[in-house]
Amino acid sequence: MLKSTFLKAVAATALSLSTWASAQAVDLQFYFPVAVGGKAADTIQELTAEYVAQNPDVNIDAVYAGSYQDTVAKAITASRGGNPPQLSVILSVDMFTLIDEDLIVPFDDYLSTEEDKKWIEGFYPAFMENSQTGGKTYGIPFQRSTPVLYWNKEAFKAAGLDPDVAPATWEEMVEFGKKLVKKDDSGNVTQWGVRIPSSGFPYWLFQGLAIENGAILANAEGNKTNFDDPKVVEALQYLVDLSTKYDVMAPGIIEWGATPKAFFEGQTAMMWTSTGNLTNVRTNAPFDFGVAMLPMKEQRGAPTGGGNFYLFKGASDEQNKAAVEFVKWITAPEQSAKWTIATGYVAPRAETWETETMKAYTADFAPALVARDQLEFAKAELSTYQNQRVTGLFNDALAAAITGKKDPATALKEAQEQADEILAEYR
Amino acid sequence: MRDLTLKRDWIYGWLLLLPALVFLFAFTHIPAVTTFLNSFFSTPRGRRPAKFIGIDNYERMIGDPVFWKVLWKNLWYALGTIPLSVGLAIVMALWVNEKLAGRSFVRMAYFTPTVLPLIAVANIWMFFYTPGFGLFDQITGALFGWPASNYLGNPDTALNAIIVVTIWKEAGFFMIFYLAALQAIPVSLKEAAQIEGAGRWTIFWRITFPLLMPTTLFVCVNAVINSFRLVDHIFILTDGGPDNASALLLFYIYEVAFRFWETAYGATLTVALLVLLSLLAIGQFFFFDRKVHYK
Repeated sequence: MLKSTFLKAVAATALSLSTWASAQAVDLQFYFPVAVGGKAADTIQELTAEYVAQNPDVNIDAVYAGSYQDTVAKAITASRGGNPPQLSVILSVDMFTLIDEDLIVPFDDYLSTEEDKKWIEGFYPAFMENSQTGGKTYGIPFQRSTPVLYWNKEAFKAAGLDPDVAPATWEEMVEFGKKLVKKDDSGNVTQWGVRIPSSGFPYWLFQGLAIENGAILANAEGNKTNFDDPKVVEALQYLVDLSTKYDVMAPGIIEWGATPKAFFEGQTAMMWTSTGNLTNVRTNAPFDFGVAMLPMKEQRGAPTGGGNFYLFKGASDEQNKAAVEFVKWITAPEQSAKWTIATGYVAPRAETWETETMKAYTADFAPALVARDQLEFAKAELSTYQNQRVTGLFNDALAAAITGKKDPATALKEAQEQADEILAEYR
Repeated sequence: MRDLTLKRDWIYGWLLLLPALVFLFAFTHIPAVTTFLNSFFSTPRGRRPAKFIGIDNYERMIGDPVFWKVLWKNLWYALGTIPLSVGLAIVMALWVNEKLAGRSFVRMAYFTPTVLPLIAVANIWMFFYTPGFGLFDQITGALFGWPASNYLGNPDTALNAIIVVTIWKEAGFFMIFYLAALQAIPVSLKEAAQIEGAGRWTIFWRITFPLLMPTTLFVCVNAVINSFRLVDHIFILTDGGPDNASALLLFYIYEVAFRFWETAYGATLTVALLVLLSLLAIGQFFFFDRKVHYK
């Protein structure tokens, strides 16, 4: 009798304790996209689970939301339906769209101490260009990348080039490319010199060329583009010339998805693609390969790319605080190192590269450092208000020039006029 | 008393209809009306609510070169896919309706494209088309020594490459309808014609084909609707590129509404699509329905 009463009492206390605990726990919903391979999703889930295990007062529901495109669509739809996530990883270039839709809150309100300000300063400035506007920080860099040049050392050797030296300038890329092009007996090309993919979003890699030529495609306020800048036209002419004048690249639109495979199959001796492909190339290339910064014209240059953390409106103060704590934790050196090694994304803070884990990794695999070193020359990825639409116009113009339907100057001038029309209301 | 029974029947009848009506209104009529109304407003943004702008969106549509381009592409796509896929469907149905060895295997093979998810299929076709090491280039290279050709990356061939995938997909589906129709044709008609000494060709043109006309009408209506509705493979194969060369109307609507988030303009384009489809369907039913029945 006594025993059973005692047990009941224990059970009742345990029950009330557990309800008390869960009433105190903060629930967070977190949307994340995956743009490269399947391992990224597992890594995010693992990291989230680890955080929740260490912090029982927070529940994080990490929702895999598809591609970047799907994720932003889901986040906007959910917000309009009155059920926004508290935290989401979305393309850094969607910042102005999210501000325009009034969906996000800046991190600044939750970062008041000196230590917090130092934390923000610890991110690479190139990544912060796409994360801050009007003096506020809206995005925290997470799965960020930058394009790099991969080259096939065996093909270089076969063509009589030094296998350890990548082209450093535009001229050299053409010169090397000419030596690397191989043809069969009937005159068909079996190996191209270089591949700069242009399907879907040609603007990204093209932006590398534009920056190298000293051009910036959009201002920091996101309301003015410079598509018809003569330097941009010159860069596009160079891209077109690679296949029409110098014959070192296949003509027409070049598929993104098939590019790593073309590289593995020896269809091209060099390729431009995201550093996010590093782990893929390392696993699958049947030859010795090198990774280099993009070649320079007036200067070195590359755009940044990838996704940031955003805080959504509609969350309670408590939820936002918890979300910020989680973001701090997942971008901290150890977690960030794990993430970089699993995916190839660039760790967004210098201190991550100082960890023993990263040192061991880069000592064994030096190409992982190239993307980080290139950040010194990298600029913001093209981002404006109504970003998808403006970038879409620019993509159409690039495609028209690449396929020879319009000359670069005309195509870019038209795109600039249309972009001006759209952006006028934001000035 | 009688009135009361009638009234009760009436209530009973409406109650039976109620679930279907709720769904019909919730998922068809209300969205259609809302879409129509939205097309007269500006796109709401978080910082600027929607405001009435009259027919501005329609004026923008008339002046939008991309709209005309995708409309034109869509007509070309319809013309390219419908006759060929329907024709192929008849041929395939006639073939598997015969008593031949392994008939069910062939039927299954023809029907496979229909049951496969189009996104997966598009991924496979993308590698068929890949310049250099894709299947088509491997074949044309080995047989004729042709150079690599960039079917999907060339604005002149991108849409045609997609048309081929669509025909491959649609023909097997339409074949099922023809197969069912063929099996419903009484054998006695064919036998009577054979006794009269009619050849296979005459039998097909004079008996089988006219009896298939109602099916053809049905298939054609479906084919027209599909040609304005099938977009999933475009996302994978070309993403509408290069420079909108392979973008169709529904793809453009998706792009405007869910990539550019211009929902009001998207609604306007949707109204245009609805009007176009209604006109085509009404036209087909009213003008051809009278002519298709064998008298």
